Amino acid sequence: MYIAQRLAIGVALLALVSVLVFAATQILPGDAASAILGRSATPAQKAIYRRQLGLDQPLPEQYWRWISHVLRGDLGRSVANQVPVTSFISARAGKSLVLALAALIVLLPVSVAFGVLAGIRRDRAVDHTISVTSLALIALPEFVTATFLIAFIAVALKWLPPTSIVETGGVLSNPTVLVLPVLTLCLTATPYVIRMVRSGVSETMSADYVQMARLSGIPERRVVWRHALRNAMAPTVQVLALTLQYLIGGIVIVETVFAYPGLGQGLVQAVIARDIPTVQGVAMLLAAVYIVINIVADVIVVLLIPKLRTSL
Amino acid sequence: MSEPVLTVTELRVGAGGRAVVVEDVSFELAAGEALGIVGESGSGKTTVAQALLGYARTGLRIISGSVRVAGEEILDRSERELRSRRGRLVSYVPQDPGTALNPSIRVGNHVREVLKAHSLDRQTDGRVRAVLERVELPSDASFQRRFPHQLSGGQQQRLAIALALVCDPPLVVLDEPTTGLDVVTQSRILDEISRLQRESSVALVYVSHDLAVVSSIADRVAVMYAGRIVEEGPTKTIVTAPRHPYSAGLIVSVPDHVEPRQLIGIPGVAVGVADRPAGCAFAARCDLCIPACEDAMPKLARVGEHHFVRCIRWQSTQLPEVEPRRDEATAPGSEALLSVEALQAVHHTRHGTVVAAEGISFAVDAGACVALVGESGSGKTTIARCIVGLHPPSDGRILVDGRRLAPLARQRSREERRTVQIVFQNPYDSLNPRRTVEDAISWPARSLRGLGAREARTEVATMLERVRLPAGTARRYPGELSGGERQRVAIARALAARPKLLVCDEVTSALDVSIQAAVLDLLAELRRDLRLSLLFISHDLGVVASVADRVLVLELGLICEEGAVRSVLSSPQSAYTARLVEAAPSISAPQLLHDATRV
Amino acid sequence: MSAISVGRTLERRLAFTRSWLVRIGLVVLAFVLGVAFIGPYFAPYSPSVIPGIPFSPPSGTYWLGNDYLGEDVFSRVLSGGRTVILYGALATLLAYLVGGPIGLLAGYARSRVDGVLMRAMDVLLAFPPILFLLVVATGAGANIYALVIAIAIIHIPSIARILRAATMEISVRGYVEAAAARGDRTHVILRREILPNMWGPIVADGGPRFTVSILLVAAVNFLGLGVAPPTADWALMISENRAGITINAWSVVAPALMIALLTVSINLIADAIASGLGKSVDVEALRR
Repeated sequence: MYIAQRLAIGVALLALVSVLVFAATQILPGDAASAILGRSATPAQKAIYRRQLGLDQPLPEQYWRWISHVLRGDLGRSVANQVPVTSFISARAGKSLVLALAALIVLLPVSVAFGVLAGIRRDRAVDHTISVTSLALIALPEFVTATFLIAFIAVALKWLPPTSIVETGGVLSNPTVLVLPVLTLCLTATPYVIRMVRSGVSETMSADYVQMARLSGIPERRVVWRHALRNAMAPTVQVLALTLQYLIGGIVIVETVFAYPGLGQGLVQAVIARDIPTVQGVAMLLAAVYIVINIVADVIVVLLIPKLRTSL
Repeated sequence: MSEPVLTVTELRVGAGGRAVVVEDVSFELAAGEALGIVGESGSGKTTVAQALLGYARTGLRIISGSVRVAGEEILDRSERELRSRRGRLVSYVPQDPGTALNPSIRVGNHVREVLKAHSLDRQTDGRVRAVLERVELPSDASFQRRFPHQLSGGQQQRLAIALALVCDPPLVVLDEPTTGLDVVTQSRILDEISRLQRESSVALVYVSHDLAVVSSIADRVAVMYAGRIVEEGPTKTIVTAPRHPYSAGLIVSVPDHVEPRQLIGIPGVAVGVADRPAGCAFAARCDLCIPACEDAMPKLARVGEHHFVRCIRWQSTQLPEVEPRRDEATAPGSEALLSVEALQAVHHTRHGTVVAAEGISFAVDAGACVALVGESGSGKTTIARCIVGLHPPSDGRILVDGRRLAPLARQRSREERRTVQIVFQNPYDSLNPRRTVEDAISWPARSLRGLGAREARTEVATMLERVRLPAGTARRYPGELSGGERQRVAIARALAARPKLLVCDEVTSALDVSIQAAVLDLLAELRRDLRLSLLFISHDLGVVASVADRVLVLELGLICEEGAVRSVLSSPQSAYTARLVEAAPSISAPQLLHDATRV
Repeated sequence: MSAISVGRTLERRLAFTRSWLVRIGLVVLAFVLGVAFIGPYFAPYSPSVIPGIPFSPPSGTYWLGNDYLGEDVFSRVLSGGRTVILYGALATLLAYLVGGPIGLLAGYARSRVDGVLMRAMDVLLAFPPILFLLVVATGAGANIYALVIAIAIIHIPSIARILRAATMEISVRGYVEAAAARGDRTHVILRREILPNMWGPIVADGGPRFTVSILLVAAVNFLGLGVAPPTADWALMISENRAGITINAWSVVAPALMIALLTVSINLIADAIASGLGKSVDVEALRR
């Protein structure tokens, strides 16, 4: 069936991605051993280190060792602090998830509403305002938006702390640290959603069958809800998927700016420290999530569009 | 006479600014009557049709006038009032049901939606079944659960008609409802419409560019040109004794398969909305034009019972002598230029291999015109593409001048590529928008005949003259030209290679009738002057009858009949050909369905 | 219903309805480009000289105050634009040079080559861009050139997709078929018929893509994985001076503002160009 097909493709994709991840971290110039041990290490020390980590094996062998461990759930140990990567991830993933979900809950209703509004009232004043604002917001990188927010709200108005450093308890017990990061994510993701929704809605609204419905005497409100928006929903599912994927990327920067103790910040720290196992582990996880989102979205779209459903 | 069902008074529709698209349109329609509005592109006929529902498409605005249906005014109403009138008083059948039906709403629910909108949702199930049966669609539950894309083109159009009828409006407006359908389905739908009209005495406004179709279904015809009605009267009168030069010109441009004739086009091009002159808009193209015509716009004047004309020279107007079609003489015993032997062509798709054409054998002599006729899916275009080298045949041979041609064009010799040239159907994408006309025409001369730059330029001028285009056209870009002009440039481009065989793939299907006549006339002239052979692909029997000597009738990839055009069309041997001939509308023998029951 | 469709596209929307917006965008862009390329010559202090006290507020001598090392923020802002703009442009150019031919070939050949190429592109698309950059940064270290190449790689699949789609659409037009029927060679067809009609899609795509490249370069610099101190770079400055935002906000806000002005103005202009081009295609294709 279709689902099985998509899953198979997804798995194949993941396999290829793993090769890519492995290759990117290993093949490029730059010797991990020197990076970790420092330049003052003697060649002998480096050699011992390499043998310990299996870095002197041929690359395909290293890859095979790594991937077989991954499939068993063992992502290795962090080079920086010897903590198993899996526990590193589980400690932080939850916090990132909270951030992502909070952002999603806030931004989705708002941006879908604005997008639909702009699409229905295309080319009127409302649409122009919304579109131009989105165009401007899209161009701003997350850290710039974050900077402005911090400067304005934390420094000038002093309403909230400028960073999200949490000493005790989880993030949920100190909700104020969530506000600015969530706001940043919303401001950067919202324009994408608005634009995509608007485009889908306005395309549907200008379809021939919508005009035909009007000519049949069907009331405008019903034309919009039952006839137009129903068909605009399928693209909306894809919009949702794209937003989730976008958030995965956005989280990395936002957590770094606010020193939020999530997976994104952890990843960046690992990269700076050239902690290869951690980077590989986190990258694989995030890539897998990315691919799963795609598959789920595709399946839902097929279920929603009668034309596709019946041809399977 | 009882109160007319529809009264249109001085309808005026404009575009942005001062431009006026439709002006001074007035007519009446009684219950049970059918009015055909005929016009070519840009005439404003669709704008009028939509205005009858109080609708103006984006960019247009109904400026003034009145439309009364069963005593109620349609124009100048609020959205809510308009809504209650649409569907209940006047409904609309669209041109393309495929896009006009919501793909995510089931058949049955489409009907229910309209009923609900007009608060007729008691005993809905019964009503839905009734209206589906009325248009001869299945009314069982499983059919009602289907989605529009699961219906055939004809079924979709029947559903659209059902939606228009379900609230029993006194007036139905049909906007070219059969244009996208094949000839046999079209004929059935037209019969359907006639029958429904007789049964319920609903008034019809039927808009079309096809005079032959309109004359078979309408009691009265209104001819539109440049946004105005130029003539209006009983169908028979208009077709046999028109009083406006444009109507006369239009009628002799319509190809007919029952009585094939020499087509006479109308010279010139219709003016765009912005360039309409102060006087009669047709003056520049009219034989009978006198200075007074250009001074002021003539008024619509009564010239007979129920017959109105907008022309000051109407008394001098007469239908030009229509000559029966001349047969072109071909030299006896001439060698076959093109010889196709047992050709087979297939398409490879995801779902398997489809045979597009099989066992095709025929010949085209030097200077002859052979037509391939069939509906879509008959394989005629695929065969043409094989001959030209765009599609490799899977079996069989194609010979030109006795030599076998390689399957693909680029594998053929220069000489072979020169000999066979093709002109395509769509004038709007057969020319590269980034290249001037000169560039487009000179390239084949340079690449296939090896002409140098200067010789090629002369050649371009010669070609433009051949296709009756002004020399200045060479400097222009395709975007600046009309459809007819572009098609002539495409012909000139093909001729620049000095071919012996010109393959014409539905070359006039996208053109207005009067332009089509001129292009067909041009092709006939080229054939005579240059001893050019033509392989003419078409679905239109009338066009084929006007231009070809021999015809091959194709059905689903097989030749089902072949012979001289006259005999095949007048006494077809195969059942399929007979069906086609019978279904094709003809202006000289309109189906007399409506005559029999008209009061 | 085609009459209804024709009407809608014939609708004479002004070519640049937001023309005043575009004009503002052009002025702002000119300003930013001026600062980025001519600015360095006007900086009162060399950007790496450390004359002042870290994070001092703006004063008469240091118009925007001092940064975390005591350098003059104003001078560094004047000098910090070139890197993002130039590296962004480089990445975009590289992406087109590689992705363009891939898309063109896949779209025109439409054989097995097409299938293989597109599958390969799919693999690259299964990755969040930032993640890919981070992974590359791990392997290559803080090397801006490796990252520029990585950014180009990120763009290549989507450029290939878009140009492939455009090529496929153009390939079925009558004039391309006419060329094939004439037996014109493939490279002749690509050059004479297809390429001239591709500029529209390329230009429409290029503007937003350039913005994305700049955003990615800035992100990478912000994370400290691209250019390194003492190079003056707007994004790097933001991350360097974050700690002192409560003391001298200008050290962070000024470079942030410059980046914002840059990307927003490019985006506004690019969008207007794209919609202008889109419109002219519509109207021409639908004259019945």
